[in-house]
Amino acid sequence: MCLAVPMEVKHIEGEVADVEIGGVRKQIRLDLIEDKPAVGEFVIIHAGFAIRILNREEALETLKIFQEGWNLDLI
Amino acid sequence: MTSSDPLRDPARCKELLAQIEESVKGSTLRFMEVCGTHTVALFRSGVHSLLPKSVVHLTGPGCPVCVTHESEVAAYLELAGKEGVIIATFGDLMRVPGPGGASLKKAHAEGARVEVVYSPFDALAIARDNPGDKVVFLGIGFETTTPTVAATVRIARQEGLKNFLVMPFHKLVPPALDALLSDPDMAVEGFMLPGHVSAIIGMEPYRPLAERYRIPAVVAGFEPVDLLQAILLMAEMKRQGKPKVINNYKRVVADEGNPKARAIVAEVYKPVDALWRGIGTIPLSGLGFTDAYRAYDAFEVLGVELKASKPLPGCRCGEVLKGIMRPDECPLFGKACTPAQPVGPCMVSTEGSCAAYFKYQIDLNSDR
Ligand code: SF4
Repeated sequence: MCLAVPMEVKHIEGEVADVEIGGVRKQIRLDLIEDKPAVGEFVIIHAGFAIRILNREEALETLKIFQEGWNLDLI
Repeated sequence: MTSSDPLRDPARCKELLAQIEESVKGSTLRFMEVCGTHTVALFRSGVHSLLPKSVVHLTGPGCPVCVTHESEVAAYLELAGKEGVIIATFGDLMRVPGPGGASLKKAHAEGARVEVVYSPFDALAIARDNPGDKVVFLGIGFETTTPTVAATVRIARQEGLKNFLVMPFHKLVPPALDALLSDPDMAVEGFMLPGHVSAIIGMEPYRPLAERYRIPAVVAGFEPVDLLQAILLMAEMKRQGKPKVINNYKRVVADEGNPKARAIVAEVYKPVDALWRGIGTIPLSGLGFTDAYRAYDAFEVLGVELKASKPLPGCRCGEVLKGIMRPDECPLFGKACTPAQPVGPCMVSTEGSCAAYFKYQIDLNSDR
């Protein structure tokens, strides 16, 4: 039940968004996030609500740190 | 980064495994994960079986279905089948055994009105369609799920929908970690912290882990590289004697969490003492309705009470949830208790430790 998955935003109307991943389309609510996502962005969905917009730069940043000689103080 | 390759890259995983091995050399790392999705991810990705023997994985109380107390199960089962009541629930609760072998599934087969929903929001439609009945949503789950229920209650109020009720069984993670750590038998050397719970609560609530208990802790994602990075960070912090609380899942977890979701929860709910299976009462580890939202409290509106209820005979879920016992050490594991014929909730939920051990047949003969 705790599965929270990233899905791509396809369409937004008020607090409701259509999202899609791998051909599966769903309607979800945006009540729980402050800034509304843009179409094309990914949101993390849990139990029918978006709980966060996925931050792609951060993902790349983390990978980079680990690759380039990381240490505890960097993280 | 949905399933993008860098986070599953085998070469990168191998490198991280070698670094972990190096870091724990001559020592151990007993780490606990407190999220059922991590339990499953560790097994399914194969990371669990690749770890050096000196890295010991303990599963903690991170499965919301499993920690739902037997008294809470008895309370909702008492409601199922009542005239004018429709139970709306996440599917995971359907097969959870209650007193005398009762379950929602059984109640449903015997005529009780039980509807499985994917989102609490879907329960509102059931309430709209059945104005003469009370629709009771079973509000289980941790900080990730709670905001979805609170937001739904708020929408019900805005709509003036009066026949939607919630049984608030919500649980809070930080007080449970605190309770676990006050047990002198706990020999945890690192915490893999839940990814999506943290997306809501942020990093602040975890500070005491490092500051007070001196235990390294890392918020982790769910891909193989995420899991291994988190283990490496815990191992290094332990080796260097520098316990910190690290957010290594920044693509999803902001350090401040999600303040809007927390504000919605705080409007609808307030912290109350709560019962946890196998652990008992943990102070201020659950949520009850604030006065403004009492009209949505199924306990109050329908006059239900939590009564003392006996633990399931023979089931060791309580010890499994505290990381004291490994699932396959339970005498019933794989014999009287299987996913097809579960004795306890830890074998029911796909995120339950017993179900995960059974499904992946992990290292049953090894000593970890
Ligand atoms: S194996 Fe079954 S009986 Fe044993 S602790 Fe797990 S759920 Fe309970």
